[in-house]
Amino acid sequence: MKPRHKRLAFILIGLAGLGVAATLVLNALKSNLQLFYSPSELAAGAAPKERTFRLGGLVEEGSVKRGNDGLTVSFVLTDRAENVNVVFKGILPDLFKEGQGAVALGKISDDGVFMADEVLAKHDETYMPPEVAKALEQAKKSQPAAAAPINNMNGGRDI
Amino acid sequence: MAVGQINWFKFSSPATFYPLAGKLIPYFTALAVVLTVVGLYLGFFVAPTDYKQGEGYRIIFIHVPAAWMSMLIYIVMAAYAGMGLVFNTRLSSLMASALAPTGALFTFLALWTGALWGKPMWGAWWVWDARLTSELILLFLYIGFMSLKAAIDDPRRAAPASGLLAIIGVINVPIIYKSVEWWNTLHQGATIKSSGTSMETTMLTAMLVMTFAMWMYTVAVVLTRVRCEILEAERDTEWVAAELSKSS
Repeated sequence: MKPRHKRLAFILIGLAGLGVAATLVLNALKSNLQLFYSPSELAAGAAPKERTFRLGGLVEEGSVKRGNDGLTVSFVLTDRAENVNVVFKGILPDLFKEGQGAVALGKISDDGVFMADEVLAKHDETYMPPEVAKALEQAKKSQPAAAAPINNMNGGRDI
Repeated sequence: MAVGQINWFKFSSPATFYPLAGKLIPYFTALAVVLTVVGLYLGFFVAPTDYKQGEGYRIIFIHVPAAWMSMLIYIVMAAYAGMGLVFNTRLSSLMASALAPTGALFTFLALWTGALWGKPMWGAWWVWDARLTSELILLFLYIGFMSLKAAIDDPRRAAPASGLLAIIGVINVPIIYKSVEWWNTLHQGATIKSSGTSMETTMLTAMLVMTFAMWMYTVAVVLTRVRCEILEAERDTEWVAAELSKSS
């Protein structure tokens, strides 16, 4: 074994070891690396109830209601398995829409309503012209199928 | 076999690589300029409006190519650093240090355009999600690599130390790439997947052309920078003295 082969082997073994270590660390920290909890995780008691946390899901269609002051909004975040009522007072991002993903930061109140301090819109990875979107919409209406799941809205797991 | 007769190590010598790099730079510069013009034209004038994000999505033609380049350059840089450690070739560590500033530039561009894009679409300049945070760590790795190299005066000790840092940091690249799959993030998932691309063809073409443009720019700029690095590292040799007296 020439010295340079030794050095190469050392680097490759080192990298492999580093890869294993990184995998283990990232696995151990998995729950801390998630940006938000899903409604199912909240229902299962995984979310910290006494602290501020992020809740992510799809905004249920037909659930967005505006209060009389014009600023308070209530809506339902869902992952198609569990629903959470969210109340937010403030300005919503432009992409916030029913049927789209959203991530809310706030606290859960005693009666199970999520009081949000901040709401962010999550968009999907699809890019297309409006005409194509319209055509797809019409095709979907004439042939009702299951709603397409938005990428990683469910934390990578199947609902 | 003809291929076997080519001496691939010939150009690993700084003295032979220096003139070769000088000859290649104009071609890559020309390619970079042409591809940038074509890519920006396709992106800003030909590609259609997005159904959801309107015109605002067009920052993707800078953002995504810059983010791709930031990861690609890191891998290339780490590969050169590794070659330098294994073969003790002088050119390898010079190439690694020539790549670092451009990699850092693209990482910064990706983060900056991402922030500009995030505010109108998501509603936030910055979120500590896995994709954004790991990309920020990539910027710190580039800066750390450059700082470590600059902090050690003796180049024979600076190269292996900074090279080792570059190799260790390579573990971050797959983490950036897969972050949107492994964890839930505000950043959306990959548009281009093995299962298909969820993007209109003109948009995709513009994005790929911009990627090649940035790639060619990287090659041109890195070759220019490595020529300076070579002159500096070899300043006591005869060929550099001859080269410099020729050009002055």
